[in-house]
Formats: sequence, structure tokens, C-alpha cells
Amino acid sequence: MTLAIHYPALQVVLPLLAAPLCSLMRGRDFAWAFATLVSWLAFGIAVALLFAVRADGAISYHLGGWEPPWGIEYRVDALGSYLLAIVTLISAVSLSFARLSVAREVRQDQHALFYTMWLLCLAGMLGIAITGDAFNIFVFLEVSSLSTYALVAMGGGGDRRALTAAYQYLVLGTIGATFILIGIGLIYMMTGTLNILDMSERLPAVADTRTIRVAAGFLTIGIALKLALFPLHVWLPNAYTYAPNAVSAFIAGTSTKVSLYLLLRFSLTVFGPTFSFGKLPLNEILAVLAVAAFLIFSALAILQENVKRLLAYSSIAQVGYMVLGISFASVTGLTAGIVHLFNHALIKTGLFLCVACVAYRIGSVRITAMAGLGRQMPFTMFAFVLGGFGLIGVPLTAGFVTKWYLIMAALEAGTSLGLVAAGLVLVSSLLAVIYVWKVVESAYFRPAPAGSPPVREAPLALLVPTWALILASIYFGIDTRISVGVARDAAVALLGGIS
Amino acid sequence: MTAEAIMLLAIALPLAAMLPIALTGAMPNLREAVTLATAVGLFLVVLQLLPVAMAGGQPEIALFDILPGVPFAFRLEPLGMIFAFVASLLWIVNSIYSIGYMRGNDESHQTRFYVCFAFAIGSTMGIALAGNMLTLFIFYEMLTLSTYPLVTHKGSDAAKRAGRTYLGILISTSICFLLLGIIWTWTLTGTLDFTAGGILAGKADGPLVGLLFLLYMYGIGKAALMPMHRWLPAAMVAPTPVSALLHAVAVVKAGVFTVVKVVVYVFGVEYLTALPASQWVMWIACFTILAASLIALRQDNLKRRLAYSTISQLSYVVLAALILSPLSVMGAALHIAAHAFGKITLFFAAGSIYTAAHKTEISQLDGIGWRMPVTMGAFAIGSLSMIGLPPTAGFISKWFMLQGAWQTENLLALAVIAGSTLLNAAYFLPIVYAAFFRKEKHDGDHHEHGEAPLPIVLALGATAGLSVLMFLFPGDAIALAEALVGRSG
Repeated sequence: MTLAIHYPALQVVLPLLAAPLCSLMRGRDFAWAFATLVSWLAFGIAVALLFAVRADGAISYHLGGWEPPWGIEYRVDALGSYLLAIVTLISAVSLSFARLSVAREVRQDQHALFYTMWLLCLAGMLGIAITGDAFNIFVFLEVSSLSTYALVAMGGGGDRRALTAAYQYLVLGTIGATFILIGIGLIYMMTGTLNILDMSERLPAVADTRTIRVAAGFLTIGIALKLALFPLHVWLPNAYTYAPNAVSAFIAGTSTKVSLYLLLRFSLTVFGPTFSFGKLPLNEILAVLAVAAFLIFSALAILQENVKRLLAYSSIAQVGYMVLGISFASVTGLTAGIVHLFNHALIKTGLFLCVACVAYRIGSVRITAMAGLGRQMPFTMFAFVLGGFGLIGVPLTAGFVTKWYLIMAALEAGTSLGLVAAGLVLVSSLLAVIYVWKVVESAYFRPAPAGSPPVREAPLALLVPTWALILASIYFGIDTRISVGVARDAAVALLGGIS
Repeated sequence: MTAEAIMLLAIALPLAAMLPIALTGAMPNLREAVTLATAVGLFLVVLQLLPVAMAGGQPEIALFDILPGVPFAFRLEPLGMIFAFVASLLWIVNSIYSIGYMRGNDESHQTRFYVCFAFAIGSTMGIALAGNMLTLFIFYEMLTLSTYPLVTHKGSDAAKRAGRTYLGILISTSICFLLLGIIWTWTLTGTLDFTAGGILAGKADGPLVGLLFLLYMYGIGKAALMPMHRWLPAAMVAPTPVSALLHAVAVVKAGVFTVVKVVVYVFGVEYLTALPASQWVMWIACFTILAASLIALRQDNLKRRLAYSTISQLSYVVLAALILSPLSVMGAALHIAAHAFGKITLFFAAGSIYTAAHKTEISQLDGIGWRMPVTMGAFAIGSLSMIGLPPTAGFISKWFMLQGAWQTENLLALAVIAGSTLLNAAYFLPIVYAAFFRKEKHDGDHHEHGEAPLPIVLALGATAGLSVLMFLFPGDAIALAEALVGRSG
């Protein structure tokens, strides 16, 4: 089939072109249906690409037929195709969920714009994952970031704090993007190319210059800002808390994942493991920050009263897990980090959707307001319990798979520091038990406040997408062939240079 | 039907029964009929496995890979056979008892109670038949989670607090220590299968292996080695059938069962002999036996005294396993069954007294023996079994433990077992004495009552009978225990 050759281009072009069309749609359900359809199509393309890469190795696509390094190359490898599948899946499921939830939270006249922004954001993230051109990465990063700021701000229909949250995100996000651009510029200065493959070939010759070390510094800090890696996480809790519920679910499963992809791409593909982990002490820096992130933020999550904020803090902690995996600089460690991209996306988006169901019915996401919901919304709350198990890492959930590989990587390191790291990961999952259990206790063991109106179970249109993700997070805790298989391929490719 | 399929059925049956039990919640009689039918069915299924295990067969089946190289697998072996047999047999008795108790006390949320109970039994079967450490761990965690709603059944603040202690200790030990130990074992050996002679021998050396052993022993919080024992007295807020079957049999036995499995199949008895850490844990077990007995002596609440007695008895099993002689390992296996029959009887009696007389403290029991002769008679038999006197099962297991300790000239173990026997007598016999030979007090909480409802009396009579039966016909159990240490078959 000839169309299949153009899948890499279509992956980005489809949502990118659909976005302006979407803005012309009148009537909220049209725009929603159109965006959802596009998102599912994009998921279909991503799955096709994933299997194509699995079967035949990386795909190189030359936009407009221009040969790289002169033209722009789209390059789909194991890691990229994995990320494409994750992002499109999370987008498609949260869009399927979004109709009722958005109808309640976003102003009626903004609906078409809302879905337009969503598609733009999707196109930007897919572009980052697929392009083989460093400057292109920056362009797509700005596309996705700007639309995310707008999406977060639209939560302002109900709560003006969304505006300050979006503004804070905008300021810090822009600093991050600028740093990334400076880094790319410096590398361009030294290598004279923007093509990532080309860069990685020419870098070793100039690696011992101050310029390149500075470039690595700018890139790492810029990406860490976008990734919300402690201590550059400040924007995340507010953005997740005050964004419209469907948006929280969407960005919780995608935006930090894309940033982690950038970290992997630049530190391993562009600079290469010998430079990043040998000449620079990147692994040590990352390990310390990662451990601090998951210990501090798992603990802080316990103190939160707002469930969305609680989940946001937990996200910062989970980013720590992923980064810790990378910092081991071993195949097992990278596998753990990469597979957690996928597992955490499923779990956290699933949990945010549960919270969105609750918000849809009772209009609040405070733990105290959830008292008695275990009886009144049994399906929603049970989904939350299962998702919570995933966060904790109970066996047979996706979270357990991550934990297993992460601890294995720590022990494989064979040092007593590795043993300590393994212990700390487990301590952090104990903290997760506490913060998940706070919600569960409120929902199941506290009676609904006297005199409160009866609450009905969330409508099926919300429950189906929620459960789809929660069940997927269980499924991928049992059948790990694809999720771990692709992650391992990607890890091997990243450490061994370019596959 | 092949033995492999029967094993899967034994795990699936109670889990599958959760749905019909939940659906028949509005019709209590039908709901209880489902529970009883499932319990009987499960026992018949497990019974099919007995001839296979007696003939030395070890059928195994792997379903799918949880992680590459670690399948979700089940295997029948002698110790698991004993555990599965005891748990499924006692589930029938306990279900009859539950009906009498839950209705007699007008407990709420009975449907949730029976559903969680079936879940817990299914998990127990999974533990008993697990073919590798990770499969066992999965069911171990399922058992913790399924029993949590049973512990917090009353929903009161006290129950919630106890639930937190329960979940806190069991989950944190299993996640922080046991899981770490399992993954560590995996990185060292590349396998988690239960293998005769252990899998670690020759793969690991040095003081870190001692740490690994401690991770296992303290990771298995359900075995209640001090200081990880506090969840067990906390769990006593649960309705008595839960304390009886789960916190005297299924949950705690899952703990010591796992300990014996780890000792025999992961480390291997010979390998442990050279490991100093096994000595340390043995001392801790000795300490737990004596300390828990001393605490039990001071408890006036009957269920709490039984709980501390359980902690002490669990450490018997750990101690017996760590004496590291074949005879004492057999004693450990037998004690899993013997203590189960005895302790469930004692708990049944405690619940019977609560239902009929609404009494919970030992000081209230003067003269109650003449009002409730069957209950207190059974209590006496259970007490004898705890002390380890004929004609009860406790004698058999203690006999093997002592023989094993004697053979290895382990004087410490001999002294501890002897001393603890005296302590056991000191905290059980006065209850029996007071019940039959002291005059009834006629004070504020006295009222006229007779025996408890019939299902309760039947159940505790049955378990007391089982305790005596195991003493009279110990052949099959001993044969299985011998197969465990590889003496025959």
C-alpha cells in the first residue's frame, strides 16, 4: 500500500491540518467528534508504525523528497514509535472522555477552540517524537507548549486560579524552551548540522570543547524544566490542578513523557553515553535529583487535600522513577525508565479520568468531599483503587513491572549505593500506599456527609474510557511482551548508539 | 481431569464464587448455600490432589510469563498439599460457624464478608500451590488486601485504626523487604522456581547473603516474628470467624508456610547451616516464642490472649524450620496443621462465648463450663493441643521438633520449647479450671444463657474432633512431611 510509506508524515500532518478545520466547526459536538476521530486515526497510524519498526527496524522518511542532512528527515525508531503510540493512545482515550466533562467546565463559545488547541498540542508532541531534526524539535515543542498553556487557561471558566497557573507554566516553559534552543544553537555552531544523526556523528570530534559542554548544560536544564524534574517542578502542580479535568488527564499522560523522550534523545543519541555518562557526570546528577524527587514528593503527596494536586505531586515522584532508571545507564535501567513512560501514562491518565468522573458528579475533587463515594459511585471508585494499586506497584499491575525492572537495575549495579537506591524506591512506594489509601479510606469508610444530595454513578460515556485505561494498566502488568519488549529494544539502541 | 487442571480449579473455584455470592446478597439463605457449596466443592477438589501428592507426584503448570523467565506457575508439593488440605477443610467448618455467628450477632455487611472470605481462601490456595516465589508473592499480597475489609468489618474508629496497623505492617514489610529479597534473588540466580536443595547455593556468598535472609524473614510479616507482630493482635477487632480461619489458619499459616518454603526451597537446608544469619533468626524466633507467651499470660481479653499465643506458636514453626534438621523441618510442617486445628477451636470457643454470653474477658468466665459444656470441652482439647499433650495433634508436631533439636544437640531450642510448654500451660489451663471448677459470679454482667447456636457448637465440636483425629491417625500427614524433606518418595 502506497499510503503506508507516508505514515510518518501523516502522523503529524493529520492532526496539524485537522486543527484549523476544527476551529471552523460550530456546535460543540461536531468539533469534539471530529477531534476524537482524528485522534483515533493518529493512534491507528502510530500502531502501524510501531509494528513496522518492530518488524523492519527504524524508518527514515524524507519530507518533500529532500535528502538529509539538507532536507528535514522524519525518523521513527523503537523509542520514537513507542512514544507516538503512547501519546496518541492517551489523547484518543481522553478525548473520547472529554465531551461531557468539557461541556461542563469550558465556556460554550470556546469549545471549537478548545479542541483545536488539543489537536495542535497533539501534533506538536507527535512532531517532537518523530522528527530527526533538532531545530524542528524546538518548533514542535513550541507548538505543543503554547497550545498547552491555552488549554490549561481554559480551566478558568470555573476557577480563575487556572489563569495564574497557565501563566506560571508559560513563563517557566518558555525559559525551558529557550534554553533548549540555545543548546541546539551551540551544537549547530560546532557541528554545522541540525540533523540529529549527523550531529551525533560529528560531535565526538568536538566533544572536548567548552561550547559543547555548555550546550549540554543548557539542554539538560531546559529539558529538566519541561520534564518537571525536581527542583524545576514548580509549574506542574498548579497546571495539573487547575486545568480542565480532561486536559489534566491528557497532559499528565503525555507532556512529561515527551520531555523524558527529549532527555533520552539528547543525552544518549546526540551526545552519546560516553559523553553524557563518562565525560559529564550526568548519571550521578540525575540519580540524586531523581531520588530526591520521589522521596520528597511521595511524602508531600500525603499532605494534599485536593486529589488532583495529590496526583500531580505523585507525577513528580514518578518522573523521579523514570529518571532514576535512566541514571543507571544500563540496559535494564533504561528499560525500566522507558517502560515506565508507558505504564505511568496509562495509570496516571486513568486516575485523572476517575477524578474527572467524581468532579462531574459532585463538582469537587477534595478528599473530604469524596466521603461515602465508595457506595455511591462504586465503579468509579473501584477504578481509582485499581489505578492506585498501579501507582503503588502491586503485583499484576503495570506499576509492578516498572518497579521490578527498576530494582533489578539498581541491584545489577552491584554497589551498596545501588542497594540503597533499591531500598529507597520501595520506601517511596510505601509512601504511595499512604496517599492512595487516604483517598480510599475517605471514599469507603467515611459516611457521606449528612444531608448531602444523593450522588449517582458517572455516566457510561465517562466510565468506558476510564475503565479502558485502568484495565489496560492491569493487562500490561500481566502481558509485558510488547511494553517491555519495545522498551528493551529502545534501550539497547540508545546505549549502542544508533540502531 | 489432569492434576494440573485440578490445581487451577482449586484456586479458581473460590475466586469464581465471589460473583454468585455477591449477586445473591439479597437472599441470605441462598448466599450461604453458595458459600457452603463452594467450600465443600473446594475440599473435594483438593482431596483429588491428595493421592497425587502421596504418590510423590509434583504436577506443575505454567500459564504465562509475568516477566521474561518468571512464569505465573503452580506446582503441587507436599507442604503445599498439607496447607491446602487444612485450609480447605477448615473453610467448610468455618462457613457453618460463620452462619451461626454472623446471624447470631446481627452483623452488618454480611455479603461483603462472604465475598471477601472467598477471595481470601482463593488467595490462600494460590499461596499453597504457587510454583515460584513471584507467584507466591502475588497471592501473598492478594491475601493481605482481601482480608483488610474483613479486619475493618465493623467500620468503627477502632476497626479503622486496627486496619491501618494491619495493612501498614503487612504491606510495608512485604514491599520493602520481601519484594527486595525476591528481586535480589532473581538477579543473583536468574530463577525463582522452588527447587529441592535451594537455588542460592553456589550463587552467592558473604555477609550480604545474611542480609538477604533477614530480608526474607522480616519480609514475611505474616509469620509475625517480633517486632513485626503487632498486626496480629490488631486484627482481633474482626468478627471471630475471621480471627478463627484467617488469623489462626490462612493468613498466619501463609506466613510460616512461606518461611518454610524459603528455608527449604530457596536457600536450602544445607546452605543455611553454614549461614550465621540463620542462627540469628533462630534466636529471634526463640525470643518471640517466650516473649509472646509472657505477654499472653498478662492478657485478660480472651481473643488477645489467643492472638499472642498464635504469635508464639508461629515462631515454633520458624524455630523448627531453622533447627535445620530433617526431623524438625517435618515438625514445622506438621505444626502448621496441628496448630491450625487447635487454634481454630479456641477461637470458635471464644466466639461461641461472645455469642451466647456476650463475654470477652477471661475474668468473666468463672463457672461457664457448666452452662456451655461443649464449648468449654472443645476449649480444653484446643488448650491441650497448644501445650502439646496427648491426645491432641500438638503432641505429634512437638515430638518431631524436640527430636530434631535433640539430634542436632540444639540445647537452646530444647530449653525454649520446654519453657514455652510450661508457659502455654500457665495461660491456658487456668481458663479451663475456672470454667469448670470456680463458682459463677453473680455480678453486673451475669445473665442466664445456655450453649451457643447449633451451627457454632457443631463447628467447634468438629475442629476439636479433628485435633484428636490427627493425633490418632497421623500417618498421611507424616508421610507428606517426610516427602518434604526427601526421606521417601
